Amino acid sequence: MAELSLHNLVKRYGNTEVLHGIDLTVTDGEFIVFVGPSGCGKSTTLRMIAGLEEISGGEIRIDGRVVNNLEPKERDIAMVFQNYAIYPHMSVRKNIAFGLRSSKMPKADKAKRVEEVADFLEMTEYLERKPAALSGGQRQRVAIGRAMVRDPALFLFDEPLSNLDAQLRTQMRLEIKKLHQRVGSTIVFVTHDQVEAMTMADRIVIMKDGHIQQVGTPEDVYRNPANTFVARFIGAPSMNMISADATASGIVLPGGASIAKAATQGPVTLGIRPDDLRPVGGDGLLTGTVAVTEPLGPETLIYVDTPAGEMIAKASGRTPPLVGEQVHLDADIADLHIFDRASGLAIR
Amino acid sequence: MTATDIRPTTAATLDTKAPRKPRNMGQIIRWLLLFGGGILMVMPIAYMISTSLKWPWEVYNVNLIPEEPTLENYIYVLEDGRFYWWFVNSMIVATLTTISALFFDSLVGYTLCKFKFPGRTLVFIAILSTLMIPTEMLVIPWYLMSQSFGWLDTYWGIMFPGLMTAFGVFLMKQFFESVPDDFIEAARIDGLNEFQIWWSVAMPLVRPALAALAIFVFLGNWTAFLWPLIVTNSTDMYTLPVGLAGFGDEADVAWELIMTGAAISTIPTLVVFLIFQRFIIRGVVMAGLKG
Repeated sequence: MAELSLHNLVKRYGNTEVLHGIDLTVTDGEFIVFVGPSGCGKSTTLRMIAGLEEISGGEIRIDGRVVNNLEPKERDIAMVFQNYAIYPHMSVRKNIAFGLRSSKMPKADKAKRVEEVADFLEMTEYLERKPAALSGGQRQRVAIGRAMVRDPALFLFDEPLSNLDAQLRTQMRLEIKKLHQRVGSTIVFVTHDQVEAMTMADRIVIMKDGHIQQVGTPEDVYRNPANTFVARFIGAPSMNMISADATASGIVLPGGASIAKAATQGPVTLGIRPDDLRPVGGDGLLTGTVAVTEPLGPETLIYVDTPAGEMIAKASGRTPPLVGEQVHLDADIADLHIFDRASGLAIR
Repeated sequence: MTATDIRPTTAATLDTKAPRKPRNMGQIIRWLLLFGGGILMVMPIAYMISTSLKWPWEVYNVNLIPEEPTLENYIYVLEDGRFYWWFVNSMIVATLTTISALFFDSLVGYTLCKFKFPGRTLVFIAILSTLMIPTEMLVIPWYLMSQSFGWLDTYWGIMFPGLMTAFGVFLMKQFFESVPDDFIEAARIDGLNEFQIWWSVAMPLVRPALAALAIFVFLGNWTAFLWPLIVTNSTDMYTLPVGLAGFGDEADVAWELIMTGAAISTIPTLVVFLIFQRFIIRGVVMAGLKG
């Protein structure tokens, strides 16, 4: 277990700066997830922590020790790669034991450790198999086993679930979470899937264009997004965004409705999560016509054409509005998010 | 179904069959070309074996089946102590050169593929460009070099030009391209040094290429003639091709003995090829895809 801290971390490829001064502290035993769209710099950050990419500026500390110029093997880390990176010419046993190759542990202890890890991952019966004879999930477990066997200070996961099918991904998500609870290691996990981030993380780091947009607990980034990017990126379906004007008396929405809540004046963007926007019997914030419905079982997503644009709302799964029907949509004032339209920053 | 219904169907069937004719013709032409090519490839081997079974008086007779087949030539060649030494020399040269080429070609190929350093492309182009220089142009500098280092008429002298090959570097580099960097990086994190990563992780993943290269290099050195002829002086240092060419004298070339020696000398290459052919074919296919 270890504390990880990044201070003003910069990465440049030639003259192009792709990471613009990342500052972050990951506490001992914390499960932190970097999430963001492709090219946001999350994998680059992870690779810099691992020592696989050179650092152009700033400082990385693992347990207080500056590791900028240390080789990956000297950083006491283990990494699980997106495509598993388990050696196809070695059995599961040899793959897991590979992580101990450079360890000075006695041979018998190494063998015992491999057995323990295999047992933990429920892979004991597959120890003599080659990776080609394993399923995707089993391969991923071998990759995790190879990382676990060394009992590293820091676990790094680089989109390890993206090659798995949806069902297996859910299962592995749970297993990695259990692994964290049992081992208690510090984990840095990179993904582009916000559901993975929300379900696994103690804290989420949302990145865009080489900048951290927000760091917080899943609940925090969902309930209190720092800007419109985070608001749209976290949560599925995406947050509804409405351009509106804030005045001293409140916010006037397209269609005429107004809200008393206003901490600012001028052009704003009003954000409402589909979860918080529901069809109501009387007047609401917006009125429109149902264009599409998506039944999800207990609930139905409805896509409503309104004067403010297309809004997504959640309706009851039992008696949802029909396509073409006119509906009134409303939300609690407490659930509305207001952003400055120019900067995109949240106004609280 | 009435007769009227049938007619168009039959006509349609005929129509669909009609375009097949050229395809069949094309197939026939292809088969004929392949058959002709096969005959061209097999005939020299057939004549080699045929000649090795002939008496000297029948050698210049072009008939494929000897009138009086004999194994006398085989007995003579195998009882000749020189042939044994040439065989051993060829085996030493081909084996050591193959091991060396596998080691150095793959090491250089791996370095050029997986490490980024200034001048990498230039080095690769420089190595590749040596492929364009014919051996005939190189033998004089090789000879002068061998002479100045005292390598004439030694195993080292025969072997040194083939200890590393530009083709091998190229082949191995292409194959290492197919090894995902994640494997290398995972091993790096697991604490292996760069040489261990090359040996324990990268090399096992390019076994087909190594097998293919082993066959190419072994065959090339087993059949090499010009350089071993120039660099060796004593009969004991001859390799098989050089020794066999010397059977007989200026007035009378003993073709039946040369062909017998050649027939025997093909056995190791056949064995090597039969063992590794599945690798060589897979290797060529993989190289093609990657390249």
